[in-house]
Amino acid sequence: MTPQFETLQRRAGEKWAQWQDQQKPWIAVGTATCGRAAGAMQVLAALRQETKRLGLDCDFLEVGCSGACYAEPLVSVMRPDLPGICYGPVRPERVPELVRRWFAEEKVTPEIALGTLNSQSLDGVRPLEKHDFFRFQVRRTLCHCGEIDPTNIDHYLAHGGYSGLARGLTIGSENVIERIREAGLRGRGGAGFPTWKKWQLCRETSADRRYVVCNADEGDPGAFMNRSLIEGDPHLVLEGLIIAGYAIGASEAYIYCRAEYPLALERLRTAIAQAEAYGFLGENILDSGFSFRVRIKEGAGAFVCGEETALIASIEGRRGMPRPRPPYPATYGLWGKPTVINNVETLACVTQILQRGAEWFAQYGTPASKGTKTFSLVGKVKRTGLVEVPLGTTLRRLVYDIGGGILNDRSFKAVQIGGPSGGCIPAELLDTPIDYDSLQAAGTIMGSGGVVVMDERTCMVDFARYFLDFAQKESCGECPPCRLGNRQLLDILTDLTQGRGSDEDLALLEQLSEVVRLGSLCGLGKTTPNPVLSTLRYFRPEYQAHLEKVCPARSCKALIRFRISEICVGCMICADSCTANGVIVGEDRPQIDPSQCTRCGTCIDVCPQGAIVVE
Amino acid sequence: MNQATEITEMQLEELLSNFPPEQQELIPVLQAVQAQLGYLPEPAMKRVAEYLRVPESAVYGVATFYAQFRFQPRGRKHIMVCRGTSCYVQGATEILRAIQQHLGIEEGQTTPDFEYSLETVACIGACGLAPCIMIDQAVAGKLTPEKIREILGRGGR
Repeated sequence: MTPQFETLQRRAGEKWAQWQDQQKPWIAVGTATCGRAAGAMQVLAALRQETKRLGLDCDFLEVGCSGACYAEPLVSVMRPDLPGICYGPVRPERVPELVRRWFAEEKVTPEIALGTLNSQSLDGVRPLEKHDFFRFQVRRTLCHCGEIDPTNIDHYLAHGGYSGLARGLTIGSENVIERIREAGLRGRGGAGFPTWKKWQLCRETSADRRYVVCNADEGDPGAFMNRSLIEGDPHLVLEGLIIAGYAIGASEAYIYCRAEYPLALERLRTAIAQAEAYGFLGENILDSGFSFRVRIKEGAGAFVCGEETALIASIEGRRGMPRPRPPYPATYGLWGKPTVINNVETLACVTQILQRGAEWFAQYGTPASKGTKTFSLVGKVKRTGLVEVPLGTTLRRLVYDIGGGILNDRSFKAVQIGGPSGGCIPAELLDTPIDYDSLQAAGTIMGSGGVVVMDERTCMVDFARYFLDFAQKESCGECPPCRLGNRQLLDILTDLTQGRGSDEDLALLEQLSEVVRLGSLCGLGKTTPNPVLSTLRYFRPEYQAHLEKVCPARSCKALIRFRISEICVGCMICADSCTANGVIVGEDRPQIDPSQCTRCGTCIDVCPQGAIVVE
Repeated sequence: MNQATEITEMQLEELLSNFPPEQQELIPVLQAVQAQLGYLPEPAMKRVAEYLRVPESAVYGVATFYAQFRFQPRGRKHIMVCRGTSCYVQGATEILRAIQQHLGIEEGQTTPDFEYSLETVACIGACGLAPCIMIDQAVAGKLTPEKIREILGRGGR
């Protein structure tokens, strides 16, 4: 550790301690993208207004997301004399009550309290760490998300930030790669390739320059781990990127981040400027002789750019079309130079391995899949959000213990993992441990970590169709198996969902899927049949029913009809809520007009009698 | 009309001067042009090709490859409907339909008064609050067709 770094760290530590010890109350609001979508900025404004009105001297802190999306907007209130309380979801209209009770009466508002922020209960509110959503998690890469101000490098430094870089520069680049090998880190972006091997290969290739690329083009629909991590703790990722550059002997890096993530891009720009100002980026970093610069490239919206060679083409300013591998980017990448491409979460793990050691990292996980992994748990589950669990945790724990089970107490049908390249896992396999190899055996992949839960109302044929529609739109068009094959798969699936399927269709789907899988050039085409193959494997009877023009989930619109049953009391709420003029006045009760009805289901949701039936 | 074109040309030259004339700047340049003008007019793409010394066909090829780029002016408010998996499972199709019906335009179109334009995107990344849309840079989540009518309110036809 250099004296320069020690001074920076000490100063940051003092600032943080001062902040913690102050005799002033403070309020933290989660204002990442998801928090804002739930109204966090309005809540923050209401909090400022209310505290001002009451003449309270109070500090505000905007933090990243703690992962509990379902309970957003999240507000933590702290005062020096009592344990802090985390509230959520907080609506602006609840703010005056919350502030008045807490600051004037020292009372909690238990109805909207999630938990206390230390290990004591207060007014019947239990500690947040005991809450089911958090209890089963092991939060490591997410440890600062929701705790620190992501736009303040001192907060990060005070929590051990950049000590991994300082250590790496002291032990030398070969030892850095050795530490990553000891930790057993495998890439978190999808394929699970050992990180150290990639680095070693790149380092051993002789070249006048090398590059590191951070792949933040989180393209999988249904996944937002990378966005949340960058928004909540950008320096953790940036530090890993600098360490990777040092390990392979690169002097330049690119962060390829989606343009759909404006806040993440803003946080990255701020973090880079701060790291430059503190001397963690630029010339002669911490007096080590190592120089490094980072540039951001905004992705322009192409799923295929998650594929390494397509991503390289995109950075070079071309259409994002892949090329055959080998040569792999580690030997022949950006502008023909050896290039390491690592996912956001992989780089966050790198930072922590250097900060805390390989043994610490490998404490959790299975023999072949070490460490923890973040997942975006979404879909028809009660508690949606971003969760981090040890690899090897079962799907059941994820869906039922952490996620709280299925929304509206419907029954579980399947869970989709790995985005458009992944597959669906049925209820019988809920005890499958989540690790690279078990998931592959079950017909899916780890992917980047999107976990979408489906209930009995989701039609698996339509779901496969959804993914093929996506694959077909996102196919870059370079190789025929992917360009034409996915199109044909989509056509067959569309026919099935519209009741136009024929007996040969299922065999044809399997045959064609195999052709696309084997014949496609890149990872996109090789994996896009997975949603079809896995649903055929586990939900074949549902496909067969569609051949008989029946959708067992009652979801395929061409195969269902809505009807208003006898228990209707004629309140006409359904007619008022229908946007398609699909409810007409009948003889003794309203009727559905099949020619206008779009089968959107709004009437079912609003009917107080439950009188609308699907048949 | 002439005046407007001239201002655009001056803006374009000023914008280009921020970038070195290299192929790797093509996508960032197009993004900057679109950020300023809302879309990529043909003369602007021709000038970009000239400035970066890449064939016009390459500029057009790149512009049409990536979903972000548009060739028609967009509305003062730009709506992006998420078609991600989580949103799909939670009813994004109905959200899109409600918006289309409310504004009277299809995806990829702009209302005649240039107030709203509409497109779908792969995923906004607010999956925990599905279904969601993005209006300019602000995300709105946990939507229903009912809420869409509230949000678009007076913008409706």
